[in-house]
Amino acid sequence: MKLKLATMALAGVMAAAPVMAELVFPSLSYRTGPYAANGIPFADGYADYFTLLNERDGGIGGVPIKMIECETGYNTEKGVECYESTKGEGALVYQPLSTGITYQLIPKATADGIPVHSMGYGRTSAKNGKVFSNIFNYPATYWDGASIAVKHIMDVEGGNIEGKKIALVYHNSAYGKEPIRTLEELAKKHGFELTLLPVDHPGQEQKSQWLQIRREKPDYVLMWGWGVMNQVAIQEAANIRFPMDKFIGIWWSGSENDVLPVGDGANGYKALALANPGGDYPVYDDLKAYVYDKGMAAGAGDQAGTVLYNRGMYAALLAAEAAAKAQELAGTPDITPAMMRDGMEALEITEARMTELGLPDFGPAFTVSCENHGGDGFGKVQQWNAATGKWELITDWIESDKDVITPLIMEDSAAYAAENNIEERCN
Amino acid sequence: MFYREAGDFSSSYPEDTQTFPIKFDRYRYYAVLIFAFAVVPFVINDYWLNAIFLPFLIYAIAAIGLNILTGYCGQVSLGTGGFMAVGAYASYKFMTGLDIYMMGVDGEWVRYALPPINIFFSVILAGVVTAVVGVLFGLPSLRIKGFYLAVATLAAQFFLVWLFNKWEWAYNYSASGQINAPTREIFGVEITGPTTEAWATYLFCLVFVVGSAWLARNLTRGAMGRRWMAIRDMDIAAEIIGVNPLRAKLSAFAVSSFFVGISGALFFSVYLGAVEVGEAFGIQKSFLVLFMIIIGGLGSIFGSFAGAAFMVLLPVLLKNILVGTLGWPTDLAAHIEFIIVGALIVVFLIAEPHGLAQLWRLAKEKLRLWPFPY
Repeated sequence: MKLKLATMALAGVMAAAPVMAELVFPSLSYRTGPYAANGIPFADGYADYFTLLNERDGGIGGVPIKMIECETGYNTEKGVECYESTKGEGALVYQPLSTGITYQLIPKATADGIPVHSMGYGRTSAKNGKVFSNIFNYPATYWDGASIAVKHIMDVEGGNIEGKKIALVYHNSAYGKEPIRTLEELAKKHGFELTLLPVDHPGQEQKSQWLQIRREKPDYVLMWGWGVMNQVAIQEAANIRFPMDKFIGIWWSGSENDVLPVGDGANGYKALALANPGGDYPVYDDLKAYVYDKGMAAGAGDQAGTVLYNRGMYAALLAAEAAAKAQELAGTPDITPAMMRDGMEALEITEARMTELGLPDFGPAFTVSCENHGGDGFGKVQQWNAATGKWELITDWIESDKDVITPLIMEDSAAYAAENNIEERCN
Repeated sequence: MFYREAGDFSSSYPEDTQTFPIKFDRYRYYAVLIFAFAVVPFVINDYWLNAIFLPFLIYAIAAIGLNILTGYCGQVSLGTGGFMAVGAYASYKFMTGLDIYMMGVDGEWVRYALPPINIFFSVILAGVVTAVVGVLFGLPSLRIKGFYLAVATLAAQFFLVWLFNKWEWAYNYSASGQINAPTREIFGVEITGPTTEAWATYLFCLVFVVGSAWLARNLTRGAMGRRWMAIRDMDIAAEIIGVNPLRAKLSAFAVSSFFVGISGALFFSVYLGAVEVGEAFGIQKSFLVLFMIIIGGLGSIFGSFAGAAFMVLLPVLLKNILVGTLGWPTDLAAHIEFIIVGALIVVFLIAEPHGLAQLWRLAKEKLRLWPFPY
């Protein structure tokens, strides 16, 4: 503790002296613990993209990036420690990477004036920027995911799923419970029958759930799983010979880690995609030239091109774009968290810009506004090809059903606003 | 030389039976209290509060609670996490207004709710509710002991976590099943919520810690504590000399759960602010608190503090040294941290099976004779 005191005193001295400006991006990663297999590729992708920007462009707008990594082990208490230890360093944006830590940071970071980007996870109703001033969850939310999955099923079934049975296998936690409200509404609207099958953390034991699926023979199974639960579920589905092309996971249940252990049995398994899989993009040439070949790759450097690595890279890209936007709005390259928040709120990702960044047709084009912090809700469906060992995209961008989702978001965010006495912004 | 009873005369029974009979000990205790109440609040910041002081103080209460049951009364419990969850959810219900739905005359469900209760009393009431639940799950202790009781309390752990995941009323029907502590104040000072001041939450927890430690220390020194210890040392002999095992065991469960419930309530409302039962109060929490009292010392209030400090501070300290100072990769540091903490636990327990409290006692014995040991 003395050491910490000494370092803090030193930090105090250093803060007093004029320091070279840096853009601080904390990375609350989990390279250990029960979800490490999924945490590592994301953290590597996040780090490598920032290294690329530093090496190739000298940072963002000429200001170098400093990424501080802090290990959470997917544990909320460690996440709190990480947040407190990094926020003093001028952290611009947090990517909490766990639903527990996200819920933790929603009020805290808002009070501290630091933006949080929970990309495709966290609290869905944070999409309503009128209530959640500092929380962003673009480009798509869980409720978008639920709707996209149902839309895909409708496409496959020729537009009518009346009387069909859909089962949801979900992680019995805040994360897994998230889509239930939307699916219930969609069930009413489209007339399908919804069965809920919770799986307790960490999800190694799913025999009874799949026995029930075998008995009730649902037409489709949706999955909200994470970590080892995904692999076990896909293995169980293969064991009961459930048709894999009728088994659809959310974007957190669709990485290589989830399907590879099952081998050929996983062939045909579908999952949603926030952004494209695969390493076939011009940006990878730059990554190779500026990062990998210089031996600066994060971690073991073996994750390039995987689904979660791409997602981590995409998260870093969106953060960097928002920071650039913030610099432009503020007229200064040295931005504060408050300016970063404004930049995120004014973020606009176009197809042209993605091509310029070396990722043509990689993620959706979307705009963030004061009212809408969740993007436009587009996703694709990808399918696992066990023979080639690759995820293949089988649809184009599917838009979620806003008629169902928007009222739900309004209802949930209004409840949050009432509970916490928040006045609506953007009026 | 510094630490001795020579020249420290008691002239009345209360003086003779006080908690700290040695003058030096007593002044050290006052000095610690004054430092904790009058110095720390002025220098504490968010990092020290959330990374070190709050977890230390809150786990210390939980460790005191479990120590009463396991250390003083000899009943092994693996249900600490579950009982903390009871405290957390009970305090949530009290601070948001305890509600009940009843069928009205017209056949409609009508919601009746108490007004939200002040956070201080919510925490106390949460302790009371947990005490009742603890007594219920303590009933098997009348028939079984040792490993069998450990299994019965393990069942409590899993049952309670399942219950709070399933029972929507407990989390006010929120869609995600999370509970969030709204902003609550005492005398106009915010205690819970996102915009609290570091000193306020620190003092709030400190009051509970000092109160719990004082209460526990005096309970264990009195007739009740002696009954617990008699049961622990040999239950049949205790019964023969007139200790009622039913009352002794159940009172230990009640008092222990009361403290554990308070710590759970503080853990949720003051420290984290938002919890999900499976993640925050899982089986690993039960083991963590059990480790604390084993490393700190069974049957010792000081040991509860020492154990909590060891388990909370050491990982943070190691992380700051390995990552902050030496600049190691975070994953490597996290793995090394596990190894070091694990190895230290093993080494400590081999060197001193009775925990840090016993080391402290030995040090005091040595100091008493120092510098002329005979």
